[in-house]
Amino acid sequence: MSKQNEIKITEVALRDGSHAINHQYTVEQVTAIASALNEARVPYIEVTHGDGLGGSSLQYGLSKTDELKLIEAAVSEADFSKIAVLLLPGVGVIEDLKEAAKIGAKMARIATHVTEADISKQHIQTAKELGMETVGFLMMSHMAPAEKIVEQAKLMESYGADTVYVVDSAGALLPHQVTERIKALRQELTINVGFHGHNNLSLAMGNTLAAIEAGATRIDGSIRCLGAGAGNTQTEVLVAVLEKMGIQTGIDLFKMMDISEDIVAPILQKPQEVNRDSLTLGYAGVYSSFLLHANRAAQKFSVDSRDILVELGKREIVGGQEDMIVDVAAELSKAEKSSV
Amino acid sequence: MVSKVKVGIIGTGNIGSDLMVKLTRSDLLELTAVMGVDPTSRGMQHAKKLGLHVFENGVDGLVDQPDLVDIVFDATSAKAHLHNADVVKQLGKQMLDLTPAAIGPFIAPTVNLGEHLEAENVNLITCGGQATIPIVHAINQVAPVEYGEIVATIASKSAGPGTRANIDEFTETTAKAIEQVGGAKKGKAIIILNPAEPPIMMRDTVHAIVEEGAVDEQAIIDSISEMVEKVESYVPGYKLRTEPIFDGNKITVFLEIEGAGHYLPKYAGNLDIMTSAAVKVAEEFAKNRVNVTAN
Repeated sequence: MSKQNEIKITEVALRDGSHAINHQYTVEQVTAIASALNEARVPYIEVTHGDGLGGSSLQYGLSKTDELKLIEAAVSEADFSKIAVLLLPGVGVIEDLKEAAKIGAKMARIATHVTEADISKQHIQTAKELGMETVGFLMMSHMAPAEKIVEQAKLMESYGADTVYVVDSAGALLPHQVTERIKALRQELTINVGFHGHNNLSLAMGNTLAAIEAGATRIDGSIRCLGAGAGNTQTEVLVAVLEKMGIQTGIDLFKMMDISEDIVAPILQKPQEVNRDSLTLGYAGVYSSFLLHANRAAQKFSVDSRDILVELGKREIVGGQEDMIVDVAAELSKAEKSSV
Repeated sequence: MVSKVKVGIIGTGNIGSDLMVKLTRSDLLELTAVMGVDPTSRGMQHAKKLGLHVFENGVDGLVDQPDLVDIVFDATSAKAHLHNADVVKQLGKQMLDLTPAAIGPFIAPTVNLGEHLEAENVNLITCGGQATIPIVHAINQVAPVEYGEIVATIASKSAGPGTRANIDEFTETTAKAIEQVGGAKKGKAIIILNPAEPPIMMRDTVHAIVEEGAVDEQAIIDSISEMVEKVESYVPGYKLRTEPIFDGNKITVFLEIEGAGHYLPKYAGNLDIMTSAAVKVAEEFAKNRVNVTAN
């Protein structure tokens, strides 16, 4: 059938999932997971700190293991899968990208806030020069209308991106909003269009199907939902659903189920689920990686983490502004005390 | 009355224009010349209106009239600075570099100005550096900083095309200066652009890890407060948002910088702190010159 492998999946548990486990991946874990994903014939595996290359910081959480060692471990296990890295201009730098390319990363995903694509030019161009496949990653796509996303995506296309993703970092988009955004990109771009979802409103799968229906051919998933917030579109489930729809991904479903059950589940500190905090992320439109930070700040300042998240949403805080969580928590705590 | 020290500006974009406003208010400096390349720009038009010497061929205009200035501000780009610095050096003038070129030593007025009063070329680091390095230094004075990390969040509207096209220059330069000027053993910098409307004020967060056992909370708080006052003396909109937060040997300091609203809107605290720091450095250079001459 002509639909053979028309959807290419990128497994993001070893990057997005880093948020959910406080960036504590070990070389052994990454080796085991990457090796198994490679065997299951997953086309792309993303490995980096949750906030991309150079993300290890007090702001986002220090990595337990140097991410270059994790990337290297994944590369050495993957003779089929290509290893992808994420980079947020402003956090990581071109030098980091060169290092990653040197040790075998084949895809560079350059992420900016949905309205700030012009800070990605040098990084996309450099990745191209390094011979990498390039992806422009427009984060917090719920915060901009389709026309704006088209304008920004075109910038990334002009810098040399092979694919542009609509990234629902907050897990806040509804299916019709995904359709509208992907359709607009599909009409206006000549390159691949992708979608990255989060499950905070339990819509990751629905949104992903809407994206595919509207023309997206690159899709992100995280096995066992191991991603920030309530996790992403669950990869093994997506493989099954697409297969039932007659869309082949080339990925071995039963192997994926086994990896999920036998290798990934034991790593989780607790099961990935939509709970009141992750639901609030999607409801308030807040960057999914804020979840654990908000929990900690809520405890430290004795305030409700949902109040912190809702306030952050109101202030239109963007990805990367984790420092605002403590700042807002301190403010809320002060306000509560003074009103008593 | 002591005669003022004469200064000139190269570059008539946002930074150059804001410098123009600030310099015309200085008691120690006299703005005499503005050098640009676009005669139709608002900055050039304004300079003409003020009756200043206006050169449309950039710094080269200064070669024939070198006596017009003693100190030059460069508010162009890293690339243009290389030529500008050359010319100004040959004329024997002092150069304050507001670009990321960083040929000369980094300077933060409240930290190391005294060491470079006679330097021929000094660099003003970055906006995030001007906002945060004084704090890293203040902590380091009472508790050795093993690791200093800063996060600068600025309104998208206040980030010009130069910053956007070369965003690594910000992170790399600031990180280096956190070590060289702030005194941290290791430095890291992050910059975030936030497009919210109305535009947000510039926010900076300093995270520092100090030597085990060196945390004397009161001493650190006092040192930071003293530093905030010093910076506030030349950047009135500079303030702590909340008390510093302590967590073991980790300290977090939240800052907000409201611009003076001279040429640029108030949210552009990032640009204001650069121009304010540059004027402060020039004023200290000027005082030093007068003292040297008097002696």
